Amino acid sequence: MLGYILRRILIAIPTLLLVSIFVFGLQKLLPGDPVLALAGEERDPEVLAFLREKYRLNDPVIEQYMFWLGGVLRGDLGVSIRTNQPVTELIGEKLPVTIQLAIMSMFVAIIIGVPMGIVSAVRKGTWLDYVANIVALSGLSIPNFWLGIMLILLISVNLGWLPASGYVNPWDDPWRSFQTMLMPAFVLGTSLAATLMRHTRSAMLGVLQTDYIRTARAKGLRERRVILRHAFRNAVLPVITLTALLFGEMLAGAVLTEQIFSIPGFGKLIVDAVFNRDYAVVQGVVLCTAVGFIGMNLVADVLYVVLNPRMRGAT
Amino acid sequence: MTDLAQSALRRSPSRSWGKLRANRGAMVGAAIVVVFVVLAVLAPLLPITEPTVTDWAAIRKPPSATAWLGTDELGRDLLSRMIWGARASLMAGVISVAIALAVGVPIGVLAGYFGGWTDQIISRATDALLAMPFLILAIALAAFLGPSLTNAMIAIGLSAVPIFIRLTRGQVLAVKVEDYVEGARAVGLGHMRIMQRYILPNVFAPILVQATLTIASAIIAEASLSFLGLGQQPPAPSWGSMLNTAKSFLEQAPWLAIWPGVAIFLVVIGFNLFGDGLRDALDPREN
Amino acid sequence: MTNEAILETQGLEKRFHTDGGLFRREKVIHAVNGVSLKVLRGETLAIVGESGCGKSTLARLLLRLIEPSAGRIVYDGQDLTALTPQAMRAIRAEMQIVFQDPFSSLNPRMTVAAIVGEPLQVHTTLTPAARRDRVAEILERVGLRPDMANRFPHEFSGGQRQRVAIARGLVVGPKLLIGDEPVSALDVSVQAQIVNLLEDLKSEFGLTLIMIAHDLAVIRHMSDRVAVMYLGEVVELATTEDLFRNPRHPYTKALLQSVPVPVPGRRVARPVLKGDLTSPANPPPGCKFHLRCPLVADPCRQLHPALVAATADHAVACHLHDSLAANAPVADPALGRSAAADQRFELWRTHSAAKAQGAAP
Repeated sequence: MLGYILRRILIAIPTLLLVSIFVFGLQKLLPGDPVLALAGEERDPEVLAFLREKYRLNDPVIEQYMFWLGGVLRGDLGVSIRTNQPVTELIGEKLPVTIQLAIMSMFVAIIIGVPMGIVSAVRKGTWLDYVANIVALSGLSIPNFWLGIMLILLISVNLGWLPASGYVNPWDDPWRSFQTMLMPAFVLGTSLAATLMRHTRSAMLGVLQTDYIRTARAKGLRERRVILRHAFRNAVLPVITLTALLFGEMLAGAVLTEQIFSIPGFGKLIVDAVFNRDYAVVQGVVLCTAVGFIGMNLVADVLYVVLNPRMRGAT
Repeated sequence: MTDLAQSALRRSPSRSWGKLRANRGAMVGAAIVVVFVVLAVLAPLLPITEPTVTDWAAIRKPPSATAWLGTDELGRDLLSRMIWGARASLMAGVISVAIALAVGVPIGVLAGYFGGWTDQIISRATDALLAMPFLILAIALAAFLGPSLTNAMIAIGLSAVPIFIRLTRGQVLAVKVEDYVEGARAVGLGHMRIMQRYILPNVFAPILVQATLTIASAIIAEASLSFLGLGQQPPAPSWGSMLNTAKSFLEQAPWLAIWPGVAIFLVVIGFNLFGDGLRDALDPREN
Repeated sequence: MTNEAILETQGLEKRFHTDGGLFRREKVIHAVNGVSLKVLRGETLAIVGESGCGKSTLARLLLRLIEPSAGRIVYDGQDLTALTPQAMRAIRAEMQIVFQDPFSSLNPRMTVAAIVGEPLQVHTTLTPAARRDRVAEILERVGLRPDMANRFPHEFSGGQRQRVAIARGLVVGPKLLIGDEPVSALDVSVQAQIVNLLEDLKSEFGLTLIMIAHDLAVIRHMSDRVAVMYLGEVVELATTEDLFRNPRHPYTKALLQSVPVPVPGRRVARPVLKGDLTSPANPPPGCKFHLRCPLVADPCRQLHPALVAATADHAVACHLHDSLAANAPVADPALGRSAAADQRFELWRTHSAAKAQGAAP
């Protein structure tokens, strides 16, 4: 088991390295003189020359990369042009907000998606299944930023129940914080719910056809017990690992959701950075995202092996 | 009989076609897509006002006889902008997937067929790219390439490349060990010919399904990028950017926010329905 | 059947490595472990054995479809292992293979015409029209209607697909044809048709056949010589009749006696092999068969027996092949014939052989 974990970590390292090369390479895509990207508004040739020295722009690419990588490993992701804050500090500020959003939306996604998936699998072929499938497909097809706008239209503009934007720190005012986050969490959660529902459904379908479920039924157990205790327990495994992987989808959804609801989170950070030509921030965000995703993948793989008694012997 | 051979048996072209046509969801999806495609292609010929013609006297008018869907904040006819927006979105969807296929499939075939170091390098690189969520990758690329519809298509296409590399590689690995490929080598065929006539034709089915579903994702991605201001630049119409401006006028002109979203939803669900139907028709074991 | 070798292997070996990785020991499987055999021009050589004994691997090695880990393959005087890919490609026209599974051995996306015509495209310079004619000709020869050539493999039955595979194998006029269990996947009635077809084609085209099979009845019917394989090695090699009447290796004896006898009065007590089938990754020292052998003795546990000639035409790899016990002739259970019937059969055999001699130019 430990061997398996170690092996997985070792495989992740070259991937991380390649990601860093890609992120570094992004800035080479910029047309024109790279120093201008770092200089912001400055045009004074002396300042530009100084920046060139400082960021080693005159050195061969490999050395630039090593220099940049060295900084990254020390925690230095550069400085935001707009606010002059170190990128790591910015990320540290914005990330918790998105994490709060993420947790709430995962909650929504699980509450909506998993039961729908179970019901749809158990009642396969009936109108319930059909409706559930259409709903899931719609959830996947609705652009979540539009869903957000529609909800704002309905709930904030027409009904006035919830605020349309803004963010309140949960430590300051939990109730208000909850109110501001409810709609965004719902918007983000529903698109995740669709994916979760489909996977739960197919996992349950796979399990329901197995012999040990037939045995459980033949024993005379009540159907609900069969479904919840036996079928679901075995189907939940791929769903748990999927949850860890949904992280990626969630982050992408967060970008748009935060934009609409004006939530100062990780997603909004990258969008603003793109507009402000704040390339260091963009790179920092992409790198963090990738590292996070690879980490979640690792956790998912390990969880799968730990929770699946059949795999324990194999490693 | 190997699984692959069995499913090849079942997916003979005539049977798959029949299954597809029987699938009502898929046919509805296809119909929706066709409607939008026709509208988009015929846009220049339709008797609608130019999408960029502004009319200050008619700003933010609700749907009426002259403007079926209303007008936007610059007095432009919404219906016309919607139809022209369809061109942008559909083009973005199809072209970015075309890019992804053109780059991803050959690389995937090379990785799967030759194995060894080629495969290792390609797989690690693919893993690295897949470690970044699709939209984030597209945003980052669009940011560095500069905002425009073309760059958005390139960004989306490149972001989808790793998906196709991984899919193709997996399929090729499965087909590579089939007897008929060995038979081809026994006959004395060279690698190029084997890849062209033996490997590619036998892997294209799942790739086709994925391509259809990816078009749906690409359309949403283009709308998202335009919404964020990274795609089609104004005044050229795009459903995403229309939604962006609509956000500011929610109280005064809610129709501005409703229609573009409905359009995106319909086109995307159309492709998704058709893609799901394709998947069921081509591989009956999937459920 | 002549006495010159068309194909010869010398110490052929193939090792497979299972993935090691950081914390697991790599395992080596000796799929083919030192096989030296001669295939005589014009004969039908059968290779038999249980699954996992390496016969399919050997077939692929002979055609150099997989690379040998050690040893040489000499075809018509040329060392195949030393050839460049281009040269090898040219030689492939002379040696073809028919696979076991008729459902997966033909490209589902190509028409039968394309499948059978492809070797012509690669190895000849015939015009498309000439190719079409040749394809039609060969399809007819294997018993298929040429007008069905534009159909796809899935539209044919198993037996018909095997005919297509044979047609493809023969269309460029090879000298050597290898059949990797070509009839095992077919219905019994169809098996007979294909077997007869192969025999007819062999005499018409002057082919040398190497048949890999596990069905002893088919082998007995078709082959001139038989090689018995166990765990990657040839343990016995003899003419067919000699093998069936006088098997000298304990494994061969066990194989022959495990064939179910349809005649009630003829059932004999069968020596059941002891132990489980040994894993090819973990072979025992000495003779690989010794853990299951009813005659196991001391030298068997340590010393690996080489394939030696017991008589002029009968080679066996067993330390005990000389001893009395090993040589006890076995009642012919496969046929369940009485001794008198045996005699009459022997007379008929000699008579047919003489007739064939007289008829051949």
